[in-house]
Amino acid sequence: MPNKASVALSDQTRPSALANAESPPAGVANKPKRRSFIRRELKHLKNNRELFLLSLPGLIYKLIFAYLPMVGLIIAFKNYRYDLGMFGSKWVGLDNFRFLFTTDTAWRITRNTVLYNAGYMLITTLGALLLAVLMNELKAKYTKFYQTALFLPHFLSWVLVGYIAYAFLNHSDGFINRLLISLGMEPISWYQDSGPWPVILIVVHLWKAIGFTTLIYFAGIMGISGDYYEAARIDGATKAQMALKITVPLLTPLIIIMLILSIGNMFRGDFGLHYFIPNNSGFLYSSTDVIDTYVYRALREVGNVSMSAAVGFYQSVVGFVLVLVANGIVRKINPDHSMW
Amino acid sequence: MQQARPIPRTLIHLFFVVLSLAMILPFLLVVAVSFTDEQALTQHGYQFWPSDFSLNAYRYMLDSPVILLRAYEVTLLITVVGTIVSLLITAMTAYVVSRPDYRYNRMTTFYVFFTMLFSGGLVPSYILVTQYLHLKDSLLALILPVLLSPFNIMVMKGFLSKLPFEVIESAKIDGAREFKIFFRIILPLSTPALATMGLLIAFAYWNEWFNAMLYIDDPNKVPLQLLLVRTLNSIEFITANSDFAQQLGIDLSHFPNNSARMAIAVLAGGPMLVVFPFFQRFFVKGLTVGSLKG
Repeated sequence: MPNKASVALSDQTRPSALANAESPPAGVANKPKRRSFIRRELKHLKNNRELFLLSLPGLIYKLIFAYLPMVGLIIAFKNYRYDLGMFGSKWVGLDNFRFLFTTDTAWRITRNTVLYNAGYMLITTLGALLLAVLMNELKAKYTKFYQTALFLPHFLSWVLVGYIAYAFLNHSDGFINRLLISLGMEPISWYQDSGPWPVILIVVHLWKAIGFTTLIYFAGIMGISGDYYEAARIDGATKAQMALKITVPLLTPLIIIMLILSIGNMFRGDFGLHYFIPNNSGFLYSSTDVIDTYVYRALREVGNVSMSAAVGFYQSVVGFVLVLVANGIVRKINPDHSMW
Repeated sequence: MQQARPIPRTLIHLFFVVLSLAMILPFLLVVAVSFTDEQALTQHGYQFWPSDFSLNAYRYMLDSPVILLRAYEVTLLITVVGTIVSLLITAMTAYVVSRPDYRYNRMTTFYVFFTMLFSGGLVPSYILVTQYLHLKDSLLALILPVLLSPFNIMVMKGFLSKLPFEVIESAKIDGAREFKIFFRIILPLSTPALATMGLLIAFAYWNEWFNAMLYIDDPNKVPLQLLLVRTLNSIEFITANSDFAQQLGIDLSHFPNNSARMAIAVLAGGPMLVVFPFFQRFFVKGLTVGSLKG
């Protein structure tokens, strides 16, 4: 730890700081212990004052935009009225939740959110690993081109992807339906038939996300020392063996970090994907609606703040527990791979 | 030394060429539709090659460019202001967290990182912004909610902890204050990291639509992405209610409904699609550093 040493060194150059850090001034020594602790801490604060001030804008920002809304979670237990405000509105206990869990809404949006996220995670990870391994077989000048092509959809917002999906799925003139007609088949009302949507959403997600994930894994592969492959080659290993026995095991930490991140986000539906691609069509809610789109609609289209807040509360809490559990499991298996 | 390859290279190339086409062709469909005559669209449907080439849709759009220009203006403004402020605060926070000798280092990291794991969610944020900060229909509502992401702080911290600590140390010996060290030494030394981070942030602001959907009703403050949302919805609305269209005096038979919609998508999304790929390596650098335990 060269850093520790240098800290000590830099402190020595400021004698006053060094003197204050460890031994309290003589006058304080006889005062009660608690008092001297506070004093010492204040001294520390003084020594770290400038760095603290540098971080202050960020701290205040997070206080307002991240920690204050946590207080706002109490809205879930209130009958919120705009005129009465957050603290003036009446407490209603679990009423907001009762409505939610007596209908099948909660089950539907939970199931959709979790299953879609699991599907995205699994398929994107496998696909990206495969592409990264294959890409590694090609010369750099070619991979550049393929990477750019794969990465292109990443630059689009979901709104624009919604336009592209519309060009394909539009009932009367869309590319797919015209193709079906020219093949002598019946056109499909894509925006009214919820059946095919799981597949459509997974394909669209894969289309947009695969380039990004592939690049992460490809960069990971680039970081693996060539010596391993050299040794394997001398021992007569095949390419497939090298991929399975060297590349994938060495990528495992990276894969696990990516997986924990997505498990942590298991309860956060991809709003853009699930709102714009199905064009917010009411016919499709049974198979496209996720927690986030439901909360948004309840707030902005239905205007039921309390219900929306209840679902949001449920999402925040369960999502948080999921992250803790996921990280706990990983830490149990291999502490090096866990996030904290 | 040559090993027998289980998959020949040409086959891999073929696979990637097909994949690349699958990535690019959907864009071309949108572009093609925007250049197709409306009549031809209803007759032949959407095709990858315009059966009847027409600039009508663009003429319609560019006849009254005010809305589009205004949207560009709003988006540019929030992107520039948002990126500068966000970059500065991100760098400041990340720098403090990256200093191993800072006493509240771990505390601050936890404070920031915790917001990534747990959040109040949509409704409390919405009420905070609209009822307490009174930012409804303010451009600040587009900038502030996404100003400081914990993820960006972690990525930036990863960059900054690679700087040699001796630099800070010797500056301190020379009697420099922390502010001076940060602004005069650390920031100039980390220009590449700042450029990468700035690009990621700018990209996020450019593509931001969620907060616009929540907080912007004023037609004068609509950013590009929200304009796209509105267009998708409103044209649909107009064609679905032909009575309504007649009241508005819109002659539906001449309005290039489908091609106009795609033309807006091209005009609003096209430029970025040309610009951002040039900076692709920055994106790659940013995301790899971030994912490899920043």
